[in-house]
Amino acid sequence: MPKLKVPAPPIPEPLKPRPRRPGAPKQKPLDAAADAGAHVVDWVDERTSLSGGLRWMMFRKVPKGTNWFYTLGSATMFAFLSQAVTGVFLAMYYRPDAAGGAYESVRHINDDVFLGEFVHGMHKWGSSVMVILVFLHMARTFFFGAYKYPRELNWVIGVALLILTMAMSFTGYLLPFDQRSYWATIVGVNINGTGPLVGPYLSDFLRGGAEFGATTLSRFYAIHMMLIPGAIGALIGAHLYLVAKLGTTAPPWLKAETAEELREERA
Amino acid sequence: MNRQQKEQYLREYSTLKAQGKPFFPYAVAKDGAMACVVMLAIILMSIILGAELGPKADPTTTTYTPRPEWYFFFLFELLRVIKPPELVPLATIGVPTIAMILLFLLPFYDRGPERRPERRPVAMIAGIFTIAAMGYLTYLGASAGSPTTIEAPTPARIAALPADQRQMYEQGKQVVAQSGCLACHKIGENGNDGPGPHLTDIASRLPAQGIERTLINPTAPMPSFKKLQPEQPETFRAMVMFLGELKGDEEGGGSEGG
Ligand code: HEC
Ligand code: HEM
Repeated sequence: MPKLKVPAPPIPEPLKPRPRRPGAPKQKPLDAAADAGAHVVDWVDERTSLSGGLRWMMFRKVPKGTNWFYTLGSATMFAFLSQAVTGVFLAMYYRPDAAGGAYESVRHINDDVFLGEFVHGMHKWGSSVMVILVFLHMARTFFFGAYKYPRELNWVIGVALLILTMAMSFTGYLLPFDQRSYWATIVGVNINGTGPLVGPYLSDFLRGGAEFGATTLSRFYAIHMMLIPGAIGALIGAHLYLVAKLGTTAPPWLKAETAEELREERA
Repeated sequence: MNRQQKEQYLREYSTLKAQGKPFFPYAVAKDGAMACVVMLAIILMSIILGAELGPKADPTTTTYTPRPEWYFFFLFELLRVIKPPELVPLATIGVPTIAMILLFLLPFYDRGPERRPERRPVAMIAGIFTIAAMGYLTYLGASAGSPTTIEAPTPARIAALPADQRQMYEQGKQVVAQSGCLACHKIGENGNDGPGPHLTDIASRLPAQGIERTLINPTAPMPSFKKLQPEQPETFRAMVMFLGELKGDEEGGGSEGG
């Protein structure tokens, strides 16, 4: 018998599996398969002790009154995953070649590749969706006072995620290398250059030199494909660890109610 | 929050948490439903709006519109709102940097124990003001088009010039109109008021050489047209000639310019 016990899922009564009738065969093939699966999980767990962490993450309690606003964070994460998957498919065809290869490869994706324009569109509009969701999620945590003790650090990680998300859009905008992206990015990099102190260095770094050229494109490509996604992934991990460790906040107005109830109980 | 308030919060929170439901499957089901909505929205947008590719990037052409993705409009619009050149660094990097630092440090200067929105008037007003300002700037950016024609009659002084000069003036007018200059400059009644200065009477402020120098080696954020001069000298000269004739005295060319 596997050691791993999973709590019964809350499904309606008629759908629940019946207890085995006396006389029915002891083990149907399906049961055998389920047992085999559980044994594999046990085998991994015996060597990694991962199940404790999983149980800690999944079966923690979520406070009373948690509402739909609390799904905005995971929706953001989902949008990020969607960007990652569609991005991998785009990267299979994309070439960071400023001499015209970049534009050609995106045109190829749009016109020739099976479902190419669809995946490209999902990536393009997914970025808008992700930005909107990040802002909504931030507004939720702000208005609910969720950034206060003990969740200050999670707010700070969140702001870093916000900035990285915006940096992601900025670097991605150049990659199709059409007129819009080219000139908008020039203006964007120039704007960076007017900043105090680090401004000129930052725009030199982004351009990869004093001139806007081939190095700029491959630099944006590397930042967009590897540096920032890696950082976002790691920070989401830290963010979620803190969420599970500290628990999500209860809606702020619940506080008064329980105080009322307690007082009534005492009276 | 002092120690007592912290302890009280933790105590209260653990009660609320104990009364709650497990994350799996209750919260997971909600999150999953939301994920489906997100997926559906992305797929619909992709199908309806597509992923159109503009014309190929060409550093020598002049027909471009420097327009960022819509969620950067509010940053770009800051440039328009904050005009004086000595304040431009403040607008471009200063305000965003300060906003970023304020955002990072929020939990460290807003340390009150109160979490209910209606009892945090300062935070609520600041938050709503920020959202309204960003929304307004985004709206401004979205509605500020990038016009591609200049509606201004040719002044009598130009009409009196020989034909080839006249033609050059008209060509220059067209090139300037299609070069995205109007996204940042106002010429007469045409174009946007900022971040660049009015060009209505640029010729009376700056000699032709000065204009040429600005086009080749401008101050940020204006893009450089350096590549245009060697590669299409005709176009470049026409552009400079047109700008060099903008003296602010054209009928219909707005007199409020400059
Ligand atoms: C991204 C916005 C932007 C675009 C596009 C742009 N400019 Fe500018 N331009 C500026 C800014 C900002 C300044 C002010 C720089 C300064 O004060 O040093 C400026 C300055 C100038 C000046 C000098 C004005 C003066 O009073 O000294 C001229 C001339 C000029 N631009 C012409 C053009 C022309 C012609 C085009 C199109 C081919 C163009 N600009 C496109 C932003 C822009
Ligand atoms: C890539 C971006 C982000 C992802 C994937 C993400 C993900 C999440 C998730 C899944 C939660 C769990 C609770 C919930 O969904 O509301 C959460 C909570 C939280 N997030 Fe984010 N987040 C992101 C960005 C941000 C930003 C920009 C901020 C604020 C500046 C922020 C601040 C917080 C805080 C304070 C909590 C705790 C809320 C509570 O306990 O009620 N996050 N985040």
